[in-house]
Amino acid sequence: MKRYDLIIVGAGPSGLSAAVEAAKRGLKVVVFDENEKPGGQLFKQIHKFFGSKEHRAKVRGFVIGQQLLEEADKEGVEVVLNATVIGLYQDHEVVVKLGDEVVHFKGDAIVIATGAAENMVTFEGWTLPGVIGAGAAQTMMNLHGIKPGKKILMLGSGNVGLVVSFQLMQCGCDVVALVDAAPRVGGYGVHAAKVARTGVPFYLSHTIVKAEGETEVTGVTIAEVDDRFQFIPGTEKHFDVDTICLAVGLSPMSQLLKMAGAKMEDNPRKGGQVPVCDEYGRTSLPGVFVAGDVSGIEEASSAMIEGRMAGIVAAEYLGYMEETDLDHQLKELDDALDGLRQGMFAPKNRGKAIETTEEGIEISKNLLKHGFVSDEEIERFPGVTHRVGVHPVMECTQNIPCNPCQDACKKGCISIGSNITSLPIVVEGSECINCGMCVASCSGQAIFLVDEDLGDGFASVTLPYEFLPLPEIGTKGKGLGRDGKVVCEAEVIQVRDVKAFDKTSLLTIKVPKEYAMKARFFQAV
Amino acid sequence: MNTINDRTRDIGPFVPADDDDMLICRCEEITKGEIRKAVHDGMWTLTEIRRYLRTGMGLCQGQTCSKLVKSIVARELGISPAELEPATSRVPMRPIEMQVFANEAKEDE
Repeated sequence: MKRYDLIIVGAGPSGLSAAVEAAKRGLKVVVFDENEKPGGQLFKQIHKFFGSKEHRAKVRGFVIGQQLLEEADKEGVEVVLNATVIGLYQDHEVVVKLGDEVVHFKGDAIVIATGAAENMVTFEGWTLPGVIGAGAAQTMMNLHGIKPGKKILMLGSGNVGLVVSFQLMQCGCDVVALVDAAPRVGGYGVHAAKVARTGVPFYLSHTIVKAEGETEVTGVTIAEVDDRFQFIPGTEKHFDVDTICLAVGLSPMSQLLKMAGAKMEDNPRKGGQVPVCDEYGRTSLPGVFVAGDVSGIEEASSAMIEGRMAGIVAAEYLGYMEETDLDHQLKELDDALDGLRQGMFAPKNRGKAIETTEEGIEISKNLLKHGFVSDEEIERFPGVTHRVGVHPVMECTQNIPCNPCQDACKKGCISIGSNITSLPIVVEGSECINCGMCVASCSGQAIFLVDEDLGDGFASVTLPYEFLPLPEIGTKGKGLGRDGKVVCEAEVIQVRDVKAFDKTSLLTIKVPKEYAMKARFFQAV
Repeated sequence: MNTINDRTRDIGPFVPADDDDMLICRCEEITKGEIRKAVHDGMWTLTEIRRYLRTGMGLCQGQTCSKLVKSIVARELGISPAELEPATSRVPMRPIEMQVFANEAKEDE
């Protein structure tokens, strides 16, 4: 039987991170993954990540995946793909299906980083071809280059539903509606806002009544639900669609741990059946550790830190480092993880209705109900100021752990301060040079550069634009409001696309000056 | 825990519903009505349901339906899904052809 110091199951963000940390400390590490490509969900994530520098913020998910693979390779980690772990037995014996054989391995320590699987909901017609998971849609688009459908309805307004809706539009699909039975948008407001301003209507407190079609989806009916999630008769709405995308949460894939005899718990706040473990992923089984979504559903950024923690405690467990070094090495990761678990969307705030920001500002009700901040509401947030000349307008209205904008501005115009969840403010007396770095660095695409008065009755608005084809200078079209409705005529006067923007192009449009604070998206006609 | 499996408890009669013919376990083609009836036939745990109906025993190994089945059974019993013990996990974790399962790799050494 082949032996390793550490066997890791799952080559996603947490598994690879664990592998890197353990290998750095001298362990002989192997990572098994059932997929043909490593990286777990990372390679499907084409958006820029949130967080701060140490969380690899503003780097796109797939690039983080590449970086992790390179690090793993450099540290001598063996990554075995198409390797399905079918069993975890006593004494750390791992049974793997490799090709047409079953192979036994033994690890002195084990890290289970198997991630999660998508949840489904049932409704009439849910088994029709054309009803797919949001993760499946991402796999089709971003791994295989296949358009999942032409006209799509998304169910679920969590970050997955919002991010995948945006990606569907980027690949040329028409997202006809974003629907959620909950009364409030579940994901980040900035993700919702970037979807809403392209014109996608949000239907909160609505869910699917039925998928229509004989052999495949040809339409869908949704209806409003009351506060007990019962349909309200007469509120039905029909959409012609060929695809229904479900983004209704994830469940940890923890079966291997249960099989091995780890103590389990059913914890709805963690997404279902999870192993009982301490903050560093030590389970009830000595030498068996967990990291990432398998121990509770969170973001990929947290999964990577949990993975690093598990890699370190596994190294200590096997005596590859002094116990006295452990606290010191984990401290930094503790702080990083703690930073990510702050703000309105922190695990401890899950399910709570939050009324005001940390700054005491009333949050935007419209954002939670319709996906965008209304023109009246936006003025009360600290990132939105008025000045002569070009200046940043930061439509960041919720406390989330993210701060790349503060570092992006070399002129010091933007400040978040030491508290990573604070809303960004425009620094008094600072000078904006219209470089655009803040616009491109904002993972939420919530920063605009506005010149409210060009002198000829017009204003300019520079906005992040991640769609192809990129309009050319002189293209005439419509300025869309935050709600995605046409508000004015607009003309593209500048297009910027430099390497430092990392594929977030900057479009500057000229609009009548009364629309300087209203036009937030451009639609060519 | 014990009160959940107290089979003398009266859970009432099976009441047919409009969506009883909706498929829940796609792989084994088990409907919501069949699952609900099984509870009234005395199958109160997910393991019993699985053995009785084969829910979650097909190609996807319950990846899609296990949470759905759990909530249907829990509702029928009038308890929270979190109170139901999940079905046993055992090897093989993923569907595997018998000829592969039986084909243990030869030791080199």
